[in-house]
Amino acid sequence: MATKSPVIAEPPTPPTPLASAVISVQEILHRYESRTALDGVSFEVRAAEIFGLLGPNGSGKTTLFRILSTLMKPTAGRAIIMGYDAAKDAAALRRQIGVVFQAQSVDEKLTAYENLWHQGHLYGLHGAALKTRIAEILGRVGLADLANELVETFSGGMSRRVELAKGLLHHPSVLLLDEPTTGLDPGARRDLWQYLKILRDDERVSVLVTTHLMEEAERCDRLAIFNEGKLVALGTPAELRNEIGGDVVLLEVVGEPAQLAQRIQARFSVPATVLDNRVRIEMEHGHRFITAVVEAFPGEIESVSVSKPTLEDVFIDRTGHRFWSEPPSESRGSGDSKEKAARK
Amino acid sequence: MTTRAATLPLPVTTPATPGILLPAFTLWWRELVRFYRQRARVVGVIASPLLFWLVIGSGLGTSFRSSNPNGQQNYLAYFYPGVLIMIVLFTAIFTMMSVIEDRKEGFLLSVMAAPVPRSAIVLGKVLGGATLAAGQGLVCLIFAPLIGIHLTLVNVLLSALVILLVSFSLTALGFVIAWPMDSTAAFHGIINLFLIPLWMLSGAMFPLSGASYWIRVLMRINPLTYGVEALRHLLFPEGPVIFRFAACIATLLLFSLFMFGMAFVMVNRRTTKPAA
Repeated sequence: MATKSPVIAEPPTPPTPLASAVISVQEILHRYESRTALDGVSFEVRAAEIFGLLGPNGSGKTTLFRILSTLMKPTAGRAIIMGYDAAKDAAALRRQIGVVFQAQSVDEKLTAYENLWHQGHLYGLHGAALKTRIAEILGRVGLADLANELVETFSGGMSRRVELAKGLLHHPSVLLLDEPTTGLDPGARRDLWQYLKILRDDERVSVLVTTHLMEEAERCDRLAIFNEGKLVALGTPAELRNEIGGDVVLLEVVGEPAQLAQRIQARFSVPATVLDNRVRIEMEHGHRFITAVVEAFPGEIESVSVSKPTLEDVFIDRTGHRFWSEPPSESRGSGDSKEKAARK
Repeated sequence: MTTRAATLPLPVTTPATPGILLPAFTLWWRELVRFYRQRARVVGVIASPLLFWLVIGSGLGTSFRSSNPNGQQNYLAYFYPGVLIMIVLFTAIFTMMSVIEDRKEGFLLSVMAAPVPRSAIVLGKVLGGATLAAGQGLVCLIFAPLIGIHLTLVNVLLSALVILLVSFSLTALGFVIAWPMDSTAAFHGIINLFLIPLWMLSGAMFPLSGASYWIRVLMRINPLTYGVEALRHLLFPEGPVIFRFAACIATLLLFSLFMFGMAFVMVNRRTTKPAA
């Protein structure tokens, strides 16, 4: 469906959004002062899919979100959404996208209705058309009965729904959400995801959502995993998990894990790594391997576990460290993007 | 995939260009609603000018009566335009603290991400703050008859114009100060450093004529001086004045335009740094 070619010819104004990629991120690089937040990132988001940006805090996903929502220009590279350049055609693009920020943007001193009335004016909607649309969207997010209540009386889940209604009020074809489930209980989280799916299926809205939660990433149609400003994995959650192949075996060790890992590697010729004081091996038929390994090193292994790979395992596989731990001083990654960065 | 064609979804209703007036109106409206819903602020509007004027005016008036340069004019009356301007000054500047609050919450982000011209953001916020400040100034004007100032209708309208201009320019100044800040504490710091001298050197507390040379220079380049002067013209037509009324109004107009222009320039910087 989407061509992987990263270059779309710059269209003369007005651009016609006919390319199959709704969002095309092209070699984006961004620096704050001296820190490089994004280091040559490229990917595409297709029409009517829920696309996730997964990464730990500081991985660059919020920086990318700021660039996509036209609030910041990238140091280098381009972001094209619906055929509009986020840096150059910001004004035109803003009408096409709905943005839901992580921070609360609803005004607590206004009612739900007033918040949307205000938002509608910012998007050029007014009068009877706006009234009808507010009633419609409040119904969609299940707040029709509470339209005239002040938002400060709302629960976290309810005010998130007002945020979502704000983002959707002007019928955007692309919806950008930054950590939309922050502070929500599991029920409210589920509701939100259900609603995103309805949007995708019924209104063919393309949804881009950032998250640091693995279980949310699992719900996306496709996923880009970020680490230290680099894209480390891209694909459907199932594809990414399958790349690991087989099982993940973890061994709790009595002695020195690094030393045992070496001996396991020598004996079974499987790649064994050490993670959090445990020996970690990715392999097929893990259940057969564990009997062999326990017999081979009697008394040295305290416990074993075999599991199907998760998205966290994908992250570990690509970065060499856990999702939440401090990154190692030297990260794996292609060096060529750095050179491209150095040009500007 | 649904049964629909796999072309890109087009917006169901292509939103109209919002222009400047509608977004500016809605931002202005929000300032007012927020103000009205915070009852403490409403009470403050009425109570603070009255309190300040009576306490300081009568206190200073008694202490300095002998050295009063205006002879027969009592200090409570002399001090009145200064208090009015101060009330307007503080309300105008402090309403723009909402810029910092809006930034801390996500509200400003959502406005910046909307297809709204930056000038509409400045216009809406500044007009909102200016309306509140001018409203407070007008409340102050109601007390004029209490100190024996009886205004003609024309003078009331002209006073309102002066108050409006001062409110607008000072709110724009507040906007310019608040826009790059990320904490209200820093904002307070600037106000103490900068705004109190601005007010003191405006002829509000002591007249320009009696001051030393350097102070006089500072007072002459202080735009607030012209606001105080203009009000003196209208409130005490017989009293001593330094600048002509038209010159005062012209200065205030220029200052308003300049501050609004500054605010506009600041908001329009869209760079590779976080916008909000």
